[in-house]
Amino acid sequence: MTRADGHTAAAPRTTGVPGQTRPQDSTTHTVCTEEDLLHVRHAVRAATVLAGFGIVDQTRVVTAASELARNAYVHGGGGTLTIEIVRRLGTTGIRLTVEDEGPGISDVDAALTDGFTTGAGLGHGLGGARRLMDDFAVRSEPGRGTVVTATRWHTRRA
Amino acid sequence: MNQRPTAGVPILRLGDVLVSGLLNELDDKSALAFTEELTETIATTGARGVLIDISRLELVDSFVARTLMDLSTTARLLGARVIVAGMRPPVAITLVELGIELAGVETALSAEQGMAALGWYRGASSQERPEP
Amino acid sequence: MTSSDTAVRERVTQVLRANADDIADRWVQLQREQAVLGSDLTEGELHEEADALVAALSAALEGGGRPQSLVHTHEDLNRNVTDLSLRRARGGASPTLASLAVQALKQALLEAVRRVSHESDEILAAALLINQLLDAAGALSFEVYVEGREEIIRRQSRQLLEMSTPVVRLWRKVLAVPLIGTLDTARTQIVMENLLQAIQDDQALVAIIDITGVPTVDTAVAQHLMQTVKAVRLMGADCVISGIRPPIAQTIAQLGIDLSTILTRATLADALAAAIPLTDTPGPDGTDAR
Repeated sequence: MTRADGHTAAAPRTTGVPGQTRPQDSTTHTVCTEEDLLHVRHAVRAATVLAGFGIVDQTRVVTAASELARNAYVHGGGGTLTIEIVRRLGTTGIRLTVEDEGPGISDVDAALTDGFTTGAGLGHGLGGARRLMDDFAVRSEPGRGTVVTATRWHTRRA
Repeated sequence: MNQRPTAGVPILRLGDVLVSGLLNELDDKSALAFTEELTETIATTGARGVLIDISRLELVDSFVARTLMDLSTTARLLGARVIVAGMRPPVAITLVELGIELAGVETALSAEQGMAALGWYRGASSQERPEP
Repeated sequence: MTSSDTAVRERVTQVLRANADDIADRWVQLQREQAVLGSDLTEGELHEEADALVAALSAALEGGGRPQSLVHTHEDLNRNVTDLSLRRARGGASPTLASLAVQALKQALLEAVRRVSHESDEILAAALLINQLLDAAGALSFEVYVEGREEIIRRQSRQLLEMSTPVVRLWRKVLAVPLIGTLDTARTQIVMENLLQAIQDDQALVAIIDITGVPTVDTAVAQHLMQTVKAVRLMGADCVISGIRPPIAQTIAQLGIDLSTILTRATLADALAAAIPLTDTPGPDGTDAR
């Protein structure tokens, strides 16, 4: 558990061109089985730890990843989740990109509304994941799959 | 296995209270199997209370939340009161931000608090509560 | 790259290698002279920094790449310039001093070239190369400096937020958070995090959120309060909101904000009086267990 007070973590090393977002590390995971959902959570957790996120931010990002990956698995017929550690002006972030080639979403705005569900969840998946992340974008066309990109920036003792 | 999938989550019976704990590695199938097993146990034992300790869960997404809510409702229909105990602070914050408040689910700070609420008290001799 | 370019580059590298100690010493000396405004760096630290950067500079020149971009592509050089700038940003050096540091290195380097070379063409070509190399370093150093200062500001504002949201223990199993100032998303997250952690640590059964010091309660603030209450309840604890002054109560009513599911009290004392009975663990049918 991280306390709000106490020791300060080492500042992430600042290298490269500042003021510019650039991927430093990127891994792609398939999301085609239930086991994959578990693996994805572990991989995302590991990435948030590497990025120096506090325990609450870790939980936010892993939960968002779980929601997005499940969406791709249940509605998109499987897909991929890419984890990137990104930098912007001295801040580290985790960017998740979840892609599937499923039926797509015809009304993205409606899908982002709480309570919207076509499956067994609570209908908080997409909208909830958006609230857990800082930047969030959905690209989808009926019949052409869905791409969700979501980033959370480091807020703890940067 | 086909007949009756088990979640591998032990369910203990203490009088008319069932005690169980969820571990971190709960996939969707196990979650559903757990619900089924627990519901059946409530019915066969006539339990009046169910304590589910989630102090080891590092993640509760909307699926697990849904499982806990369904379980509470089902158990209530069977005459049992469910208490979910020991939710970690990051999990609580994340759930609220997800927009889920686990409506209808009773919560307790710790398994001990939950057991007390279900009518189980620690003996007068044990003054100190064990660390969670 | 033409053969004369290569020759100049080799020449400068050679000068750097052969006079590494002199250049580093001269650079430190120039920085000491400039440092009228003062800096936290000691002589030893400056020397250490200078030696490492001069070494990285010659290593970078020996490798390939355009001189303008070496400071980005050569990892060791990049790190040394970045560290130099961050040290000045964190040490409270003025932006002028931070940018003069790299300029001073340029001067030290040019002096060293002039000592060994007497052909004006060669000196000119070397000066051009040194400029290309170190102007890029200066630009990077400036960007990193700004970034470093921003990082400090971010950290300080965060620390300020943390300090302004203390969680205090009022009674056995009763905690209180006196909120002062407004309640935005960032603040709510910190309050929640601190409060929930304290609840877990103390196994507290009731948390009192005192909003006496919150100037206004609008829909957004109410929403943030509700969020905090919900999170406390998920943990298995209860929540009481106190310090709702009459004008704020009126605003809440006028805005149609529903706080009916939350136990509210006018003062912290009233809230504590309401909280203490809640710390008795109820029996199975709501009766007191003790």
